[in-house]
Amino acid sequence: MRMPDPDQGIIARRGELAARLRAIVGAQWVLDDEAERRPYRCDGITAYQATPLLVVLPASTAEIQAVLAVCREQGVKIVPRGSGTSLSGGALPLEDGVLLVTSRLCAIVAMDVENRVARVQCGVPNIRISEAARPLGLCYMPDPSSQMISTIGGNVAENSGGVHCLKYGMTSNHVVGLEAVLMSGEVIRLGGGFQGAADGELDLIGLLTGSEGLLAVVTEITVRLVPLPEAARVMSMGFASVEDACRCVGAIIGAGIIPAGLEFMDRKVLNAVASLLREEHDPRTAALLLCELDGTAAEIDALIERVRGLAEQAGAIDIRASRTEEERERIWRSRKLAFSAIGKMCKDYYCTDGTIPRNRLPDILDRMAELSRTYGLDYANCFHAGDGNLHPIIMYDAARPGDLDKAEAFGADVLRACVDMGGVLSGEHGVGVEKRDLMTHQFAPADLRQQQVLKCAFDPEELLNPGKVFPSPCRCAEFGRMHVRGGEMRFPDIPRF
Amino acid sequence: MLNTISPAAKADPNVALAGEIIGACVHCGICLSHCPTYQVRHDENDSPRGRIFLMKEMYERGGSPDARTVAHLDRCLTCLACEAICPSGVEYSKLIGHGREHVAAHYRRPPAQAALRRVLAMLLSRPRLFRMGLAAGRIGRPFRALLSGPPRAMLDMVPTAPLPAPSPVDRPQVFPAEGTRRMRVALLTGCVQTVLDTAINEATIRLLRRHGVEIVVAAGAGCCGAPAEHLGDSARALPLVKANIAAWLREADGPQGLDAVVVNASGCGTSVKAYGHALRLDPAWAGRAARISAMTLDISELMERIGLLPPVVPTGLRVAYHAACSMQHGQRITRQPRALLAAAGFTVLDIPDGYMCCGSAGTYNLLQPAIAGELKRRKVAAIRTVGAQVAASGNIGCMTQLAGEVGIPFVHTVQLLDWATGGPRPAGLEG
Repeated sequence: MRMPDPDQGIIARRGELAARLRAIVGAQWVLDDEAERRPYRCDGITAYQATPLLVVLPASTAEIQAVLAVCREQGVKIVPRGSGTSLSGGALPLEDGVLLVTSRLCAIVAMDVENRVARVQCGVPNIRISEAARPLGLCYMPDPSSQMISTIGGNVAENSGGVHCLKYGMTSNHVVGLEAVLMSGEVIRLGGGFQGAADGELDLIGLLTGSEGLLAVVTEITVRLVPLPEAARVMSMGFASVEDACRCVGAIIGAGIIPAGLEFMDRKVLNAVASLLREEHDPRTAALLLCELDGTAAEIDALIERVRGLAEQAGAIDIRASRTEEERERIWRSRKLAFSAIGKMCKDYYCTDGTIPRNRLPDILDRMAELSRTYGLDYANCFHAGDGNLHPIIMYDAARPGDLDKAEAFGADVLRACVDMGGVLSGEHGVGVEKRDLMTHQFAPADLRQQQVLKCAFDPEELLNPGKVFPSPCRCAEFGRMHVRGGEMRFPDIPRF
Repeated sequence: MLNTISPAAKADPNVALAGEIIGACVHCGICLSHCPTYQVRHDENDSPRGRIFLMKEMYERGGSPDARTVAHLDRCLTCLACEAICPSGVEYSKLIGHGREHVAAHYRRPPAQAALRRVLAMLLSRPRLFRMGLAAGRIGRPFRALLSGPPRAMLDMVPTAPLPAPSPVDRPQVFPAEGTRRMRVALLTGCVQTVLDTAINEATIRLLRRHGVEIVVAAGAGCCGAPAEHLGDSARALPLVKANIAAWLREADGPQGLDAVVVNASGCGTSVKAYGHALRLDPAWAGRAARISAMTLDISELMERIGLLPPVVPTGLRVAYHAACSMQHGQRITRQPRALLAAAGFTVLDIPDGYMCCGSAGTYNLLQPAIAGELKRRKVAAIRTVGAQVAASGNIGCMTQLAGEVGIPFVHTVQLLDWATGGPRPAGLEG
C-alpha cells in the first residue's frame, strides 16, 4: 500500500514540534520516544503499519483546536485515532504526521431523558453509552462488534453498523448533533440537543458522518437513544445448502419482516466454532441463519411463526427459537465467537467488507468459491445477511512470502465483484487505505473529483488524514487556482477556509 | 500478529513461547476495554495490546530493553482482565511473566529501584522479616509526609492498628475433621496473611473441620513465591515453589494421602495453579509441579464441591462481593463465592465495573502508587454505591488495600461462611 512520501524536513523538526505540542497538552501527553510510538503503528488491521511522527493525547476540544492550529501553521499532517480498532486502516499513522489520539476525551457530558439523547465526548467507547442509558430504559442501538472499545468518534468517522443496524439503522441514523474542529481552527456545532434539531440546515452532520477523518475532527456527539426493546428472541435455522439459506433471507425481507438481526454463517465457520467449544454440530448443515426478533412478546411470537413458515418453505432442516434469555445468549455465542474460532484454525486471516443487493447473495458466494480456487486460499463466510453486508474471511499465513498479497488480491476481487453485481465497496468498515485503490472501480473520475472538491473545501492544505479514501491526492491547490482570476478571487466577499 | 523474532532468540523456549502467544493476538483491541491502566491512562502503551507490541519489539530487537518499554511493562497490574476477555485466547499471563523475567535478566535498573524491588521480594515472602519490617515502618510512619513515591506508599500501607500475634494455627500440624472425615487437604497458610490477618486461616480451618475435612499445615511449606515472581525475580521465587511442592507431595504420597491443596488467598492460588507452567522446563520438577497445580483448589471451589451446611445464624446481611482479579480473571472463579454466600443466607450485591482491579495487585500499590491510588479511589466509590453492610473478598491483598476506606467492615468470604455455619461473628462485624 503506497502512502504519500514522508516529508523528511518535517521529520527533522520532530523535537521542535513536540515541544510546541507539549506546551498545549502537557509533557506526558506527547509521545516522541520511538519505543512509545511503535505500539501505535497500526489499528485493527496489522497488515499496514507506519510509526507516527508524534503521538498526541489531548484532553479537550480546546486542546485539539490548539494542536490543529500548530499543525496547520507548521504544515504538519494529522491522523485522528480513537481506540485503534478500524478494519480498513483508517487510523494508519503517517511517518511525517501527528497521530491525534482522542481516548482521553471520554466523558459522558449529559444524559437527556426527555429528549432521549446522550451528549458524549468523542473518545467514549460505544458500549458506555448503552450502559449509561440502561437504567433509564434506553439504549444506543448501533453495535459494531468492536463496541466494547471502539469510540463513538470513530463510529461517526466510519459510519459504523453492527448486527442491529438492519432494523435500527447505521450510526448516521443516530447522530443528532456534532461538535467538530476544522483545520481552519474553527469549532463548529451542527444540529443540537434533540432529534430534528438539524432540520432546515444543510445536512452537514450527514456529510461528516462517514467522512473517515478527512474533513474535520469530531469532538462531541449527541446521539439518539431508543427505548430498550421489551423482549428479544433469536431463531437458529439450519439449511442443507447455501442457496436455500440465501433464499430464506430474501423471503424474510421480502415478506416485510425486519428482524433486529439476520446473520449468516457457513459450514467452515460452524466447524470452527464447534471445535473451539468442543461441541458437535449437525454435519448436514451447510449454512446457518440467526434471526433475532424484538418487540413485545406477542409481536415476537407472531413473527417467529411467520419466519418459521418461510424457513420451512426455503427448505430449512433444523429450526429452533430461544425461549429464555440464556438460550438466546447460547445461540448468539456461536456468532460472537466466529472470528476468534476462525483465528484459531489458521495462522492469519483477512476480513473484508462489501455490500450487495440481497438477491445477488447466491451469485457472490459462487464467485467467492471460484476465487478461492484461483488463489489457492481457503475462506469462510460469516456476515450480516439481512442487509447484504458481506465479511468474507480469507485465511492465509503472513509468514509465507506472497501470501498476504494473494489474500489482498482475493479480497479486492471479491469487492470488485460486489460492485459489478450492483453493490458497493464497503458496508461498515469504511474505505481507509484498505479499499482506497478500488474506489476507481466504483466511482467514475468525475464522481471522485466531486468528492475531492468537498474535501478541499474543508481542508485545502490536505493535512487531515491524507492518503486515505482517495486513490490519488486531491490537488486542492489546483482548485484554488481556478478561483483566482487576474490576482483576484472570484466572489471575494464569500468567507473562505 | 506477525513477528520476526530471530530463530537464535527463539532457541530460548520461553522466547519461542512468547512468539507463539504474540502470534495469536489479532490486534482487535477488545482487551483495552477491560484494562484498568488503560482506563486510567488512555495510552496504548499502558494497554495489554500495547504491551504485547512492546514485548514483540523487545524480543525482535534483542539486547537490553529500553527504559520506556520497561516502565510500561512495570505498570501492568497482572490483573489478567485482558486474558479473561480476549476473544482470541491470547495467554497474556505467560507472556507478561516471561517478559518480566526477560527484563530482569537483560535490563539494569537504577540502583534505588533495584534495591527496593529486592527488599520487597525478600520481606513479603518471609513472615518474620515482614513482621520486623512493619515494626520498623511504624517508627518511620510519622515522617512519611516528607517522602514521596514508593517509600511513602510503603509507609502509608503500614497498619496503624496493632498487628495480631502470630496464630498457633499457622504452625505445621494436622487438624482432624469433626465427625466423619470426608477429605484430607493441605492448606497454604501463606506469608503476608499470617502476619496481617490471622483470623482468615483460623476461620478457614474451623469451616473445613465443621464440614468433615482434615487439614494439614505441611512442614516446609510457606510463601507461594508470587511476590518475587511478580517482580520477575524467578531466582528467589523458584526455591519457594519447590519447597511447597516437596512439602505437599510428602503428604500426598504419605500413608494418609491428600485430596487437594487448598488456598484461601486467590493471589497465591493463581500462582500455585501455575506451578506446572513455571517448572515445565525442569525435568526433575515438571511432573511434580504439574501434579500439585492439578490438585490445587481455591477454598470456594472446595466448599462448593462438598456443599455448605445449612446456616445456623440468620445473618441477613447485604454483602458487597469484591471479586479479586486473581479470583475472577486469574482462576476464572466467578460463580462459587457468590453462590456460597447466598447459600449462607447473605444477600450478595455485585459491585459496578466489577472487572476492574482495586490497585492492590501484589506489590503494585507500593511500586506504582499513583495508578494504584486512582484505582483504589474508583473501587471504593463503586463499593459505596451498592448500599452494603459488609464487603467480602477472597484475597488478603484487596482487603488490605480497601478496608478502612469503604466505610463498612471488609472481611474474607470464609469468615462469613464460618460465622453463618456456627463460627464466631467476624471481629470487624461486632457492634
